[in-house]
Formats: sequence, C-alpha cells, structure tokens
Amino acid sequence: MFRYILRRLLQMVLAFFGTTLIVYALTFAGQGDPIQALAGERPVTPAQRAYLTEKYHLDATGVGGFFYRYFDYVKNLLKGNLGESLTGRNIGDILQQAWPVTVRLALIALAVAIIFGVSAGVIAGIRRASIFDNSTLVLTLLVLGIPTIVLAPLAQYFLGVKWQLFPPTAGSDPTLYALLLPGIVLGSLSLATALRLTRASVAENLRADYVRTARSKGLVKRRIVVVHVLRNSLIPVVTFLGVELGNLMSGAIITEGVFNIPGVGFNLFRGIRTEDGPLVVGIVSVLVVVYLVSNLVVDVLYAVLDPRIRYE
Amino acid sequence: MRVRRLAAWTALPLAVTLGLAACGSGGDGGSGGSGTSAVSIQIAEPKHLVPTNTTETSGAQVLTGLFSPLVDYDAQNKPYEVAAESVTSSDNKVWTIKLKDGFTFHNGEKVKSDNYINAWNYGAYAPNGQDSNYFFEKIAGYADLQGKAPKAKEMSGLKKVDDLTFTVTLSDPYIDFKTVLGYTAFYPVPDAAFSAPGVLKDSYEQAPIGQGPFKMKGTWQHDSKIDVERYDAYPGEKPKVKDIEFRIYQQLTAAYADVLADNLDVLPTIPSESLSTAPSDLGDRYKTSPMSSFQFLAFPTFDKDYSNPDVRKAISMAIDRDEITKSVFKGSQQPARSFVSPVLPGYRDNTAGAAGEFNPTEAKKLYQAAGGPSKIVISYNGDGGHKDWVDATVNQLKANLGVDAVGSAEPKFADLLTKVEKKQPVGMFRMAWVMDYPTMEDYLGPLYTTNGSSNYYGYSNPDFDRLVKEGSAAKTQDEAIAKYQQAEDILAKDMPVIPLRFGENVFGTSSKVKNVQMDLFQRVNLIKIEAAN
Repeated sequence: MFRYILRRLLQMVLAFFGTTLIVYALTFAGQGDPIQALAGERPVTPAQRAYLTEKYHLDATGVGGFFYRYFDYVKNLLKGNLGESLTGRNIGDILQQAWPVTVRLALIALAVAIIFGVSAGVIAGIRRASIFDNSTLVLTLLVLGIPTIVLAPLAQYFLGVKWQLFPPTAGSDPTLYALLLPGIVLGSLSLATALRLTRASVAENLRADYVRTARSKGLVKRRIVVVHVLRNSLIPVVTFLGVELGNLMSGAIITEGVFNIPGVGFNLFRGIRTEDGPLVVGIVSVLVVVYLVSNLVVDVLYAVLDPRIRYE
Repeated sequence: MRVRRLAAWTALPLAVTLGLAACGSGGDGGSGGSGTSAVSIQIAEPKHLVPTNTTETSGAQVLTGLFSPLVDYDAQNKPYEVAAESVTSSDNKVWTIKLKDGFTFHNGEKVKSDNYINAWNYGAYAPNGQDSNYFFEKIAGYADLQGKAPKAKEMSGLKKVDDLTFTVTLSDPYIDFKTVLGYTAFYPVPDAAFSAPGVLKDSYEQAPIGQGPFKMKGTWQHDSKIDVERYDAYPGEKPKVKDIEFRIYQQLTAAYADVLADNLDVLPTIPSESLSTAPSDLGDRYKTSPMSSFQFLAFPTFDKDYSNPDVRKAISMAIDRDEITKSVFKGSQQPARSFVSPVLPGYRDNTAGAAGEFNPTEAKKLYQAAGGPSKIVISYNGDGGHKDWVDATVNQLKANLGVDAVGSAEPKFADLLTKVEKKQPVGMFRMAWVMDYPTMEDYLGPLYTTNGSSNYYGYSNPDFDRLVKEGSAAKTQDEAIAKYQQAEDILAKDMPVIPLRFGENVFGTSSKVKNVQMDLFQRVNLIKIEAAN
C-alpha cells in the first residue's frame, strides 16, 4: 500500500510538468495581443507597450521563443515564484486570495451533494417506484436540465433579492451563511448526479446474492443496508465525487461570477480573457494537483470500501 | 469493527468540510446588513492606482476620492480652480500654475510645486511604462523622455518658481491646457511615494497617499474592496459622508442584485440585460444623467468597398437611429447625428446633415449610384453586450439597402483591433469614445487626425489636421471653437465614421443614500453624496 502511494506520487510529478507544458503551449498559441487585451478598448501608448513587452518577454515568439519563455517560467516556478500577472500583481498573491474561498465553496457544494444526494439516493434505491423515488427522479431530471447560468441568477433573485433569505452576493471573505446559497447552487448538479448514481447502485446491490444470504441469516434490514449494501454501492459514487471536487473548483466560473466571489473560477476566466498566460498556467497547475490528489484518495478509498481490492 | 471504520471514513470529509467552512470568515466581505455606515459604490478591479497609470473608470473613481484636481468643471463644462489658486497664461504657451496654500497629503506633507513636477516627469518618462504617458506630450521637452534610452529624465518645460508656483512651457500654444489639467494624470504625488528620485515605490499603489477629501483606510484589497475615510485636514469642500467602500464586482449583474436588495448603495452602470426592467424594479432609485460617451461605426477607409464617401453616407442614411435607441436601449442612450458630444461647449445639432437623417429611399439610390459592396459586415467584440444593436442595425441595412448584411463577433476588442491594424477585411467595426477632458479637441484629435492615437480607420485629411491644429493654437476660446466646428464640418463631408448614439449615465442607488450625482466621466461625486436618514 505504501509503495503504491509512493509510486503514484512520483507519477504525479511527471503529470504535473506535462500539463504545465501543454497549458503553457496552449495559452502561448492562443495569445493574440495581450497588451491590447489588458487595455480593453483604449489605445495603448508606445511607452506602455514597450515597457510590458520588455518586462514579460512578449517579443519572444515562435518555437524558440516559446521554449525560452517556458523554461524561464519553470525556472522561477522551482524557486517558488509564480511570476507576475500583466497588471503587475504577484500571481502567488492572487492564488493565495482566490483558493481559500473557492475551496470552501467547493466543499460546501460537496457536502450538500453527499448529505442530500447519497442519503436520498439510498432511500430511493430501497423504495423503488415509491412516491419518493418518482418525485426525486423528476426533480433530479429538472435540475440536470437547468444550466447553472439560469439556475444561479434565479436562485439569487428569488432567495436573495425577493425574499431576502440569503445575502444576494458573497464577496471575497464571506461568512458560512453567505456561502450557503452559492454552495447549494453549485452543488445541486453534483447532488442530482450523486443521487441517480447511488440509487442505481443500491438497487442493483439489493438484488445481489450476499444480500439474500444476509437476509436468510436473519439480519435486520437496517444492518443489511448500512453495512453490506451501502458499502458496496458507494464505489461508483466515490469515484464520481472525487473527480467532481476538481470540477467544482474549476467549474465555478458562473456561480462565482453571479455571487461575486473572486475565487479560482473567476480568476481563470479573467486570465483567459486577458490572455494572461502565467496566471492561467498558475491556476491550472494547482487544479492539476487537486485532480491528481483526489484521484489518489479515491483509489485508496476503494480498498477501504471493498476488501477484495488490494494494491501492491 | 468494520462499521466503525467505514463511519470514520465517511465522516472525515464532512468534518474537514465543516471545519474549513467555519474557519477564517473574519470580516463581512460584501454580505450586507452590517452596522457600518460606509457608503458602498460599485467598481471593477482597477488596473492601477498610480495617477499617471490610471486610465479606466474604476481606478479614476477611487482616485477622485484620494486626490484633488488642479481644476474641475462647472455645469457649462468650463474649468474652475480647485487645488490651484490660478492657472494663467498670456500667450497660451507658457502657463503659470499657482497652488492654493493649505493642502496637505494624507501623511502630513505639505503639497508643493515639486510634487506636481516629479509626478508629471515620472508619468512622461517612457521606461516607466505609464498608461497616461501621452497626456504630457504637449509639454516642452516631452520628446526627450521617450524611447528605450531617453536623453533626459525631466521635461524642460516644467520649472519651479517657488514652493507654491511653477510654470509649464508647452511646445506649441495650446488654448485648452487649463481644461486638460482636470484629468487624472495631473494629480501630485508626495515625496514619500518615491524611494529615490524618479523611482516610485512598488507599494505606493497599494495605499495611495493623495491630497484629496478622502484617505485610504488600510490597503487595496484586490478583487474585494477599497476602503477610504474622510480626511479631516482637507481644506476644500468637506464631504458629507465619513466612510466610503468601493466594492469590487466581477459582474454588473451581481452588483445589480445587491442594489435591488439594498446591499449596495450606488451602482454607476445598470447592466444592459436589466435596462428594460430597471425603472420598474428600482422605482425612484433609478436615475439618469448626461455622460460623454459616443458610440459610432467606423469604416476601414483603406478598403476599396468603403473608400467612397457616398457609400458611407448611404449606409448612414439607411440606419434608423431613433428606432434602435428606443427598442434596444430603452431610451438609455440618445441618437447621435454629430461628431462631438452634446455636453461640450461648441456642440451643434445634426452636423452630419442629410447623412444623419433616416431616409431609406434616398439611401438605396445613393448606394447603388456609388456602387456600394453587395455584402456589408459589421464587426464587434462579443464580450461587451453589443450583439443586440448590431443585429438590429444589420437588419435595417438588409431591408433598406437591399444588400446582404451580417454582424460578425470577435472574442475581444483587442482581437478586432489587431485585425484592423493588419488591414484584414473586417468590414465596418464598432467603436466608442469617452472623453478625458471636456473639449472638442479631445474628440476630434485622437479619432480623426492623421496620427491620432485612436484613428484605426486610416482616415487622413490635411485640411482637417490643419484646422484642429489651428483650433488648439487659437488665441481665444471662441476662435478655437470656430476652428473646431469647421473641422467637424469636414467630417460631415467625408464621413469616416457614422455617429450612432450618445450615452447617458444610467445608474441605481439604494434607499440609504441621497443626492447621488454622476459626472460626465461616469464617476460618482463623492463630495455631494449623503446618507439618507
């Protein structure tokens, strides 16, 4: 087990540098005129243009220029310096401000998905074709069918502005209460998927041989469900949730925008919009680490959930 | 045994979640209902807060609180002195600026003429890469500070007379120089901002020290907010509120929700998607006021399809401006038939003449006679909410000229400009202009003179250039305006661009503030705003 984890960690280092190279290449290839993008619709003065070109080596173009800039970036990265965004802010500082709030938001969303999604999924799986099962089916289809870009403003308008149950926006350093609404909106999609997955998995496992054995041994139903069925049913759900954690962090662009949370999704969007290569690469690098680690945790959880799975 | 281990595993992520979510929420970042009396005003994240490096509205809005300009503009848009005692010149070439005594920076330094000279030299010195660099180009010696390795670090035209007086010598006489001094780039910077002569501290813009009615409270909280409080030693007109919070929003729609819920006090721009519902949503908290923006369509005059002025006039005649401002903008913008904004001294109605009047039959005749292209393209940036009006315009052109017309969206304005500069065929393209200071020259010079900083359409007319130059060098305001108006008449003949609309400030306020006034630069007047109790 220990050797397995170590091997995975070593693979991570390679994956990390591979992805930064690819992302850097992509932003490099897509770079039109970052200086004009920064200025928006105003003309850029020659003085400003010369200054920024010099500072960020924007005149290094072509394949040679790409490797020159990439190695320059990696060199600084190994020193723990993520570089500066085009507005002269230290990218390390930007990430330091953006990550905590996004992590909190994603974890709230994940908690919503786990608490409500998994438990409702188990109930729906046990009582197939009941009223509860059918109504959750309709509800989840509804949620899956509404894109966040519609759901978030609607939730904000009705719960935040009209009935004033929640603050309409959260800001950069929100209270738990202010983060609840965006968290629920963000988590609702994962909740629906987690619910459908759990339901299908529980329904399938209830028909398995070992459940029949357990019943004939005279175990109480609760114990059968909680100990035997749930444990085996969680494998697909855990897989999904592990990947979803990364998705929640990077995919919160719309939710973060609607609720004015200056987190990772928003910064990623801003970086792409202003063709700010180093900023995009910096954020994506951290996201890659999140994905890699959560994948590893999921794999290890398999072994915990199912004793037949063993790693060497 | 197994059960307990499983329970532990499932409980772990939950415990971590709740623990993380519960910790580290100190302040109340933007969630309303707090007991503070700070007036909150929406801004976007400023790019910079150094006066000579701030060119966008959000940064300028913050700086208007922290700094006091030499001159400001009255209701007729004529300059009057604020931090200056007097700004005088006998020949419009050598200007003497006397400062009012009693102004101090927020760190206690007395404001001296050196503070202005140092700040302007810093801004004009090209290697500093300041965005407002070109605002100093009229000052003698500016050219010596340009290029990669400039000859000089100080402009020869700036001379200190005494602690409260300095002279500015221009390279050519320029009548509007006093008006220009109201712009953000001409604020003074304290000695404390420099770590060595000509070297600005990196930390300065995190908490800019100015000499204005408000001083910084803490530092610039990037992407979150900027707090300022009243500066008690300010000798000018005292603000009515003690604290102002410039709250940073990534999206106007989020700010709009906050204004509706009374969580935000001033939203200087109503997002375009809410324009139609805002008057009823906000009731008497919905307000409009004049503003200087000018929306127009530019022609690539170097493209032979559009090189004939008659083609350009025909296209202009085929656009029903009244209809579009009514249906798309719900009256939040006004139809434009002139080339300068109505807020300016010297503005005249309908200078575009017949070309500004909607006349589909004439338009079609003229278009066919002039041999206009069979397909018209209007390029715009897809990230600015322009799709609706471009589509409406395109449909009118289709119907009224009997040609094929399409709107083509570029991802960003930068992409559009890059294409125009490379002379790639983009067809007509949208542009907009907001003035820096209220003179006709600020519209005519940058947009249409041969070397204008925003002349992207290759328009060049020696007569026009001459008239604008003569206007700037005129002896009296009346003479200058007469020259500028003659120049504008040439634009009406040549039609390098089609005027479409003049903008207005369309803003919303909460019920907790009153007397919210916005100026022509889309900035909230921080002196006049009051808390409503």
